[in-house]
Amino acid sequence: MNNLLEIKNLYIEGFYEERWHPIVRDISLDLKRGEVLGLIGESGAGKSTIGLAAMGYARQGCRLTSGSINLEGIELFDATEEDLRLVRGSKIAYVAQSAAASFNPSHRVIKQYAEAPVHHGLMNYKEAEKEGIEIYRRLFLPTPEKIGYRYPHELSGGQLQRAMVAMAMSCKPDIIVFDEPTTALDVTTQIEVLAAVKEITEKMNKAALYITHDLAVVAQVAHRIMVLRNGRLVEEGETRALIKKPKEKYTRELLNVRALREEKSITDRMDVILDIKDVAATYTGVETVLEDIDLILRRGRTVALVGESGSGKSTLAKVITGLLPAIHGSITFLGKELPSELKKRKKEDLRKMQMIYQMPDTALNPKQTVRKVIGRPLQFYFGIRGQKAEDRIKDLLRKIELDPDIYIDRLTTELSGGEKQRICIARALAAEPDLIICDEVTSALDQLVAEGILDLLQDLQNKTNMSYLFITHDLATVKAIADKIVIMLEGKIIEQGEKKEILAPPHHEYTDKLLASVPEMDPDWLDNLLDERASTFI
Amino acid sequence: MFLWKIAIMMKRDSFMKSVLILILKRWGASLITIFIISVIIFIGVELLPGDVAQTVLGQSATPETVEAFRKELKLDLPPHIRYGTWLNDFVHGNFGNSLANGRPVSELIGWRFANTLFLALSTAMIAIPLAVLLGMLAAFYRNTLFDKLISGTTLSFISFPEFFVAYILISLLSVKFNIFPSLAIIDKDMGFFSKIYAILLPSLTLTCVVTAHMMRQTRAAIINVLASAYIEMAEIKGIKRLRIIVHHAFPNSLSPVINVIAINLAYLIVGVVIVEVVFVYPGLGQLLVDSVAKRDLPVVQASGLIFSIAYIFLNLLADILSMLSNPKLRQTQI
Repeated sequence: MNNLLEIKNLYIEGFYEERWHPIVRDISLDLKRGEVLGLIGESGAGKSTIGLAAMGYARQGCRLTSGSINLEGIELFDATEEDLRLVRGSKIAYVAQSAAASFNPSHRVIKQYAEAPVHHGLMNYKEAEKEGIEIYRRLFLPTPEKIGYRYPHELSGGQLQRAMVAMAMSCKPDIIVFDEPTTALDVTTQIEVLAAVKEITEKMNKAALYITHDLAVVAQVAHRIMVLRNGRLVEEGETRALIKKPKEKYTRELLNVRALREEKSITDRMDVILDIKDVAATYTGVETVLEDIDLILRRGRTVALVGESGSGKSTLAKVITGLLPAIHGSITFLGKELPSELKKRKKEDLRKMQMIYQMPDTALNPKQTVRKVIGRPLQFYFGIRGQKAEDRIKDLLRKIELDPDIYIDRLTTELSGGEKQRICIARALAAEPDLIICDEVTSALDQLVAEGILDLLQDLQNKTNMSYLFITHDLATVKAIADKIVIMLEGKIIEQGEKKEILAPPHHEYTDKLLASVPEMDPDWLDNLLDERASTFI
Repeated sequence: MFLWKIAIMMKRDSFMKSVLILILKRWGASLITIFIISVIIFIGVELLPGDVAQTVLGQSATPETVEAFRKELKLDLPPHIRYGTWLNDFVHGNFGNSLANGRPVSELIGWRFANTLFLALSTAMIAIPLAVLLGMLAAFYRNTLFDKLISGTTLSFISFPEFFVAYILISLLSVKFNIFPSLAIIDKDMGFFSKIYAILLPSLTLTCVVTAHMMRQTRAAIINVLASAYIEMAEIKGIKRLRIIVHHAFPNSLSPVINVIAINLAYLIVGVVIVEVVFVYPGLGQLLVDSVAKRDLPVVQASGLIFSIAYIFLNLLADILSMLSNPKLRQTQI
């Protein structure tokens, strides 16, 4: 069978630091009808750039340098803008990572669906509308006749992502590029989108490029996988063969990320440092967003707070830190009941409870150096300045495995995402806390980098006997580090206990769904799961 | 009856309800602002050096006459009582009589304010579409010669003082080529079109002055939005560039554009004294300046307050419109 897409010796350059740098080097790939090719790698690997290049598109600040992109016999590499425009959307379409950002907030969803077919002259608006509803139905969107007439912000993340898959299908292109379509989604929603991808590629016989950083996800949908790093090909192979017998070290590292860590020996005799009793909270004063929260955290242990977005995990963190005063119940920290409001708490109590955030970019002042960021809590809580502070900062930097001589004078903007998160950890450590609340600290990071951060946190806990309250929606993280798991749904704790208990059946119904939704490194996992669910519906 | 209608509308549609509540809330805030401004205006006028009675009667008047005249004007009462009476009268539509010539203030202001509005609106009719169109085109042809040319031209107009632009236009269009009249004299009996013809030059002058600001804002807002993911999505869908600008970028840049339009409209109503003077146009600004010179306090206070109300009302309108332009705010912000 002929190849739908053939890319040969593609080089792409990006403009930064005042000159052009190569970001994709010598990539060749081909794609046949009915085939899904997975592109996998960490951020900066050039996956998205290659995905967009398949449409002859280069982002602002990028340029296609050399090579050839042949789409069904049309050479896109040196095509005119108008020729490219005619191909884009109609012969090859794109599903972006963040559907919420990729839908125009000013127009109704189905209008955006219909735009491409109408403006490519394939059909009129009425016909496009009708087909749109049909595709929404095929992709299992709720109330397909109505949902398109909403504005993007009125749909949930998973619904929007499926609506975008539908939008990509609107001109019936032969190839669809999926660029991390499930990364921003909860595990349970991820399943819906993956099922939609399967539906399209298998039943509708389209070809697809599937871009992701998650090997377990791509294993479910791709026939072949290309592993990329720094814009170069690491290795390529059939999905099953690649997972079973990776040739390169880097691929093995990616595969190993999800391996379960050894159980820590735990003594339950450790003293309780945080005791939350019967806490409730509200934003509006009318509806409660948290109810009946009871939670105990012991010294040197890690409690993972798990749930989908909107389940109240982060709200609970706000209540514990006092940012959102509880309307009911008590919070006892280190044997003392804390006032519910932040303003009434003592400096000493604040020092002992520190927080690390999801987005290290926004949690660090871009105008400050590492020295200033870490030095501030030293001065604020302990009054340490001058040479003493300098020594302490260097000490802390060594603890988080960053070389003080290199990093101490850097601006926070001159750090990578992983390094930034390490600085945030150092800042929390500087206060010598008893409890650190980690709010999705690894979800904005690449897998291997996140792994490094988790290792570091584990290591620090072993040394200092701190406690962690770990908020996350990623069950792989939970399996890796938690001693105790607390599962939340709609503002309530529905199940909690030791990790072993929670992960072993029997589960609460919701826990079961959550656990079953985590992709496993088994190419048949999704099919089995979907079959299973289909049979339970009957 | 009116409230009943509102109640029915509220029941029928929660969208209408949220909009109405919002308008009422903003309206309340505006009333408070207007009240504060009325106090400020009153105090400001109190602080003006000089005395009306003295000014009106002249230097030769005896102290007794001045005192008697002050009494007649109720200037001898303490300020807070005069303020109370003034505000009460103002709310009831009674702006008092001019101290200078004894005619009712409302009569003096009414026709002049109408003239000011007429000039402002005719200018807006030209300037707003022109500015938005130029802004879109500049964004479309970003960083090309065309873009730079538009930006350069409009910016030079804004950099010149208004009277300079006005005199240049007069010397060109009315002295050299004699197309338009150099004086914008209008009276009550003139027909609509002859009025338009009479004010074309001041209108053109003001257009030159306000277009740059609005056009730059439109261009900047659109270019700002062009960096969004949904614009990239539209490009990848193979949508034409002009459609992307008009259909995808513009609706999302409306909010800043509406705000800058409101500011410029307010400026057209409140800040056109110089242009009125140059073209001898009988607008409210000119009256205000004259009245300050004559210490004609009721006129100053009334026109000051009318200006403030116009300004606040336009900003309120801008707030509501920019909220309506965003489907997200339309529903959530109550």
